Amino acid sequence: MRTPLPLARIVRVKLLLLPLLAAAVLAGLAWGSGGGGPQALFRALAGIPLDDPVLADIFWKIRLPRVLLAALTGAVLSLGGLVFQALLRNPLAEPYILGISGGAAIGAILGILAGLPRFPWGSLASFAGALGTVGLLVLFASWKTALGKDALLLSGVMINAFCGAVILFLISVTSDVRLFNILSWLMGDLSLAAMEQVVLLAAVTAACAAALFFLSHGMNLLLLGRDAARSLGVPLEALTWGLLTLTSLMVGVSVSLCGLLGFVGLVMPHLMRLLFGPDHRVLVPACVLAGASYMILCDLLARVLPRQGEMPVGVVTALIGAPTFIFLLRRAVR
Amino acid sequence: MSAAIEVSGVCFAYEETPVLEGVSFRVEEGDYFVIIGPNGSGKTTLLKLLCGLLRPHAGSLRLFELPLSRYRRRQLARLAALVPQAASFEAPFRVAEYVLLGRAPHQGLLGLETPEDVAIAREAMEFTGTGHLAHRRVDRLSGGERQRVLIARALCQRPRILLLDEPTAYLDLAHQAQIMDLMEALRTERGVTVVLVSHDVNLAAMYANRMVLLAAGKILAAGPPQAVIAEAPLAQAYGCRLSVEATAGGLPRVNLVPNGRRGPRADRPAAAETEVER
Repeated sequence: MRTPLPLARIVRVKLLLLPLLAAAVLAGLAWGSGGGGPQALFRALAGIPLDDPVLADIFWKIRLPRVLLAALTGAVLSLGGLVFQALLRNPLAEPYILGISGGAAIGAILGILAGLPRFPWGSLASFAGALGTVGLLVLFASWKTALGKDALLLSGVMINAFCGAVILFLISVTSDVRLFNILSWLMGDLSLAAMEQVVLLAAVTAACAAALFFLSHGMNLLLLGRDAARSLGVPLEALTWGLLTLTSLMVGVSVSLCGLLGFVGLVMPHLMRLLFGPDHRVLVPACVLAGASYMILCDLLARVLPRQGEMPVGVVTALIGAPTFIFLLRRAVR
Repeated sequence: MSAAIEVSGVCFAYEETPVLEGVSFRVEEGDYFVIIGPNGSGKTTLLKLLCGLLRPHAGSLRLFELPLSRYRRRQLARLAALVPQAASFEAPFRVAEYVLLGRAPHQGLLGLETPEDVAIAREAMEFTGTGHLAHRRVDRLSGGERQRVLIARALCQRPRILLLDEPTAYLDLAHQAQIMDLMEALRTERGVTVVLVSHDVNLAAMYANRMVLLAAGKILAAGPPQAVIAEAPLAQAYGCRLSVEATAGGLPRVNLVPNGRRGPRADRPAAAETEVER
């Protein structure tokens, strides 16, 4: 057996992906509508005064929080996808498709309508919404329907559709200035990033990702099937609830800050599995790093591609993610 | 000899449907114990009760003199290993990784394997003849290979009791014998108690030293194969006509007696008969 020990593999994967993340961060800082470019960025990094003093503000006060927020959201949603794919043993599971993000969005919108400050109360309302949809999913899963393994996924799709309807209803009954707040946030907007939000999401993400790493071998055992996992000594109920709560928490906070970003949780977990195999002790750190890089690049595309202004990053993630979903669906059916 | 397993008066029901009604039996340490019975007689449920996946509604289960409920889940996983019938091979683990997952009840939370874990896994793979598959993906193995990999994983738990749910289902004759021989070796070389659920009455009779016949949640016969493989209880359990004869080695052998017009013909009695469940 020449399989290297997991710790060595984890370190190797991190060393491989960290430069990617660094490159993504630099690219995210360098380009954008306010000008800049790599040369200016390196001069700014080296502390050499820039020709245009405004550019330094653009780099550090506008783009940096945005890049960091994108990175954290990408990490959260990729991890969320990874966890749900392991829990449901279904490659198509993902927080957005399962309606977890939608539930969080309802919570967040109700928070906005009630005039609550975005954090901590907006984030908490969002977390409550996410937890609510998870509760519904677990309830549906306990009814053993004829659809078997896919019942949960289909229930999730329906919960997502229902959440969409509720969101539209809430929008339709709102007519004042709050409508603009809701709409711009809903489309998956990173442009409003502020440093306090970044710090909040960073704290939640770090805590949840660390906890998920310690549950990663449990996720490996879940892949063997629920009975097999229990017969190997896994405390199945505690593990399931732990995974669901951690995921709801970080997805809820991320949605409350960045809005709905679909399909992010599909692309990176699958790419990482293709590259590094099914061991979650490797996949958890890999999804954090790669998911963060992916989202920064999506956001960069959203800023750079349109001739004028920018498009919501949710458009980019959906344009990449939805075809990935179809591709994976085809493979799963076959 | 002490009892590895002691089941007394166990009842179990899924919601309203009773599955087991007052089941009692003993498995001695080092037994090759086979549970037979028709579809839906409660065999798999019984196995799940024995490894703590289900709790009995009445009656008691004891492993090595201690009530099952007194064991923690991890303790139980080190004592009794289950080879389930419907195991999942979807995740593309390598065989070596898959077998190492069986060390989980002996490891910490992250399952970081020590050299000892690797040595135990390697040894389990050699014992089951799966060493050469170490780097193959489990989702690309054949049925016989999968079954042996599952057994290797269970052996990594270092159990004193091995519970197997129809390990020979879907396997051809040679692979059936291979699995059953492996269990015999496990029993004689390592003193592991083997409890096996089987559909194949004749195969069971060849290997078991003790058997029980389960039908509609009750035990119809228990004891050595000669006592269990008898016309009266089998006909009652399976509800069909059959005959039992003794083979040259003195083992009982069940033959199905076809119903209706095309009965066994006098000119070729043995050839016309179909073996039960084969």
